Amino acid sequence: MDDITGADIKQFVVFRLGKEEYGLDIQRVTTIEKIMTITRVPKTPECIKGVINLRGEIIPVMDIRIKFNLPVAEETDDTRIIIVKTEDIAVGVIVDSVAEVLNLTEDSIEGITNFSSVMDVDYIYGVGKSDGRIVTLLYVDKLIKISD
Amino acid sequence: MDMSQYLEIFIEESKEHLQALNQSLLHLEKNPEDGSVLNEIFRVAHTLKGMSGTMGYTRMAKLTHDMENVLHSLRSGEIKVSTKLIDVLFKCLDALEKYIEQIVNTSNEGTDEYTDIIKTLNALIAGKGDELEPKQEKKADAVVDVSLPAGSEDKLLNINQYEQNVINKAIDMGMNPFQINIVLNKGCLLKAARSFIIFQMLERHSEIIKSEPKVEDIEDEKFDLEFTVVVISKESMEFFDKELNSIAEVDKVNITELGSKKIAGQTLDAEATEIQEKADVEDETDSGEKEESKDNKTAAVKAKTGKTVRVDIDRLDVLMNLVSELIISKTKLDGIEDIDRSQRFNDEIDTLERITTSLHDAVMKVRMVPVETVFNRFPRMIRDISREIGKEINLTMSGEETELDRTVIDEIGDPLIHLLRNSADHGIESMEMRKQIGKSAAGNVSLKAYQDGNNVIIEVSDDGQGININKVKKKAIEKGHISKELAAGLTQKDIIDFLFKPSFSTADKITGLSGRGVGLDVVKTKIEALGGAVEVETEFGKGSKFIIRLPLTLAIIQALLVLIGNEKFAIPLSSIKEIINISPNDIKQVQKQEVILLRNMVVPVVRLDRVLEVPKEEKSQKQYTIVIVKKGEKLSGFLVGSLIGQQEIVIKSLGKLLSGIRSIAGATILGDGNVALILDVNSLA
Repeated sequence: MDDITGADIKQFVVFRLGKEEYGLDIQRVTTIEKIMTITRVPKTPECIKGVINLRGEIIPVMDIRIKFNLPVAEETDDTRIIIVKTEDIAVGVIVDSVAEVLNLTEDSIEGITNFSSVMDVDYIYGVGKSDGRIVTLLYVDKLIKISD
Repeated sequence: MDMSQYLEIFIEESKEHLQALNQSLLHLEKNPEDGSVLNEIFRVAHTLKGMSGTMGYTRMAKLTHDMENVLHSLRSGEIKVSTKLIDVLFKCLDALEKYIEQIVNTSNEGTDEYTDIIKTLNALIAGKGDELEPKQEKKADAVVDVSLPAGSEDKLLNINQYEQNVINKAIDMGMNPFQINIVLNKGCLLKAARSFIIFQMLERHSEIIKSEPKVEDIEDEKFDLEFTVVVISKESMEFFDKELNSIAEVDKVNITELGSKKIAGQTLDAEATEIQEKADVEDETDSGEKEESKDNKTAAVKAKTGKTVRVDIDRLDVLMNLVSELIISKTKLDGIEDIDRSQRFNDEIDTLERITTSLHDAVMKVRMVPVETVFNRFPRMIRDISREIGKEINLTMSGEETELDRTVIDEIGDPLIHLLRNSADHGIESMEMRKQIGKSAAGNVSLKAYQDGNNVIIEVSDDGQGININKVKKKAIEKGHISKELAAGLTQKDIIDFLFKPSFSTADKITGLSGRGVGLDVVKTKIEALGGAVEVETEFGKGSKFIIRLPLTLAIIQALLVLIGNEKFAIPLSSIKEIINISPNDIKQVQKQEVILLRNMVVPVVRLDRVLEVPKEEKSQKQYTIVIVKKGEKLSGFLVGSLIGQQEIVIKSLGKLLSGIRSIAGATILGDGNVALILDVNSLA
């Protein structure tokens, strides 16, 4: 599980898409930015909204609602761009809002092998449970991969 | 000891040394008698050996050591330069290169021992003897060669009159003259440093009046394991023996007292002295010459390196990025309108502008590298090719000092190799053929670089058979690239363009520009990706010339900002020819392609809003703005919404995730902080 680091307690940045909550390994999150002007880039997959200028760096931004087959949402004051990084690329992910940083112990994370799904779930790492909440935990690397 | 911090330096320097060796060997092959090159080769090989030994790369050190042995025999005249020898030495270099490659990848030299090469090397030395032995002996008679590996401790140095005088005086003053022969341990890595320690000790207790080899050579490590000095001292022989033997890595110390020789030296019969003097004179002129050439060489080397600092290219990129940010910030400042701009404010903005421009130039210069770094591997390559295919080929290069941005330099190597290979392999005819048609047996390939305004031009030309236009045309029709009727009306340029089509590269031997899968399309794609262009000039039977035009830098360009729909795009100014306004009626249709007439030339029109999938905003315009761009020789008209203006922009990459989008060359950050995309004219036109 190279995607998730830390010994017993793991930290996740929890964000919302609609009513669902998702978690990203905090080690992979660089910054969280307010929504800003996005420049559209032609001839890219639909989920790529365009690029932004993050303090002099050009960063592609992805709308994961499209990737998750969710309806398009209006931008609000809560809309955020979470900048995540993999080994050599940084990508912004647009989310409805960012909730908090959640501490999860190893045994409160359930692997996805336990539940069947009709969805293509290769970017889902597991499900975290905390005080009755359920947070879907995502692989950063697989999440931002664009298939072509 | 942890060597990892030196690893990078080691790799860099080894590469440089190998390159130098390659060049020197080529030179030696052409001028087998040139002793100075041989010395240079020896010196570099020796340094390599020392370096690899120090880094603990024993296999590499072993190979260089054996190579050095051959060089040593070569230098002392025991063996002669031959093609076979040069071949083996080249093989050594290749092997060393492979070691380095291994080290780069794994920081380990690997396990390949190249025993076959080592065997050949040793065989070369072993095979030297027979016919050359007598000559060697004669030589030893004439001048006492102190650096002879064996038995030299018994021989005495030639003492000239002046030195003899000094010795005599010293004896008169009650001092003892000694000749000390010191042999260092074979495993000694830093011979220069070790001998420095020895010299320091000697100087503390005595006066050194002669040294063989010369002190400077010893300091430069230009000696084998032993050296001999003549000293005068108050101390006794035993004292030196003890002191010297206490120094680490000293294998053997041999001290002879010279006192008794004094009279012998004087009573030698006249003839002997004469001979000796003659030898001395010879020796002196000889060494004088050597000294001079050595001085020249070091001067040349010094001039080349100058005062330099090795800087990681990443750091330069960071610097470059910061400068770019500064330029953006300056542009932003300049764009602020809602403040009261006093005269002073404007003045300061101007100053800032000047400073940022100079700063930018300075940083760009730092990133400039002479094309020599790419060119210098070609002589070797051409040599190998010409041997491989049995043609004689002369490669002439000029303009190696022409500078290009580092980013460009890194990319042009492969295209140039393609073109040179093409020229050598297919362009140049076979030797018999050349003789038959009255050309010189040796083919000529030339590589030329020069600066032309904001571009650097690199030309690869040969005096071979040129491109057979008719054959290309026939092939193009065969392959269905064009109909027979249309082909008739094509210009030579159009036809040559077919050669750059991907499928053409795999065609059978049509013009000789194929066969190896060396695609000219690859060359073209690469050069165009760099923002450059390739042209061909050819004359059937006389030769061809490939002209590569490259931008000086890839980082900052002048661009025209245009509005398409509500989006801003940048078009590199270098590819814009002119801008015209036309009425919608001026756009005609030719075979479903929209075109306009520009001074009686048919120019295709590209509606950028459609190609770039810009969200539609239906607005009938009375006038269209067309930006005429050039793609090589061809023109194309970009239909844009409106013009914003000219601006200096910093090119930034879209990043790995979005790489490979055709029609977009990159992005830039505008004064307002937003991102504008830079159009790739070559793929759009």
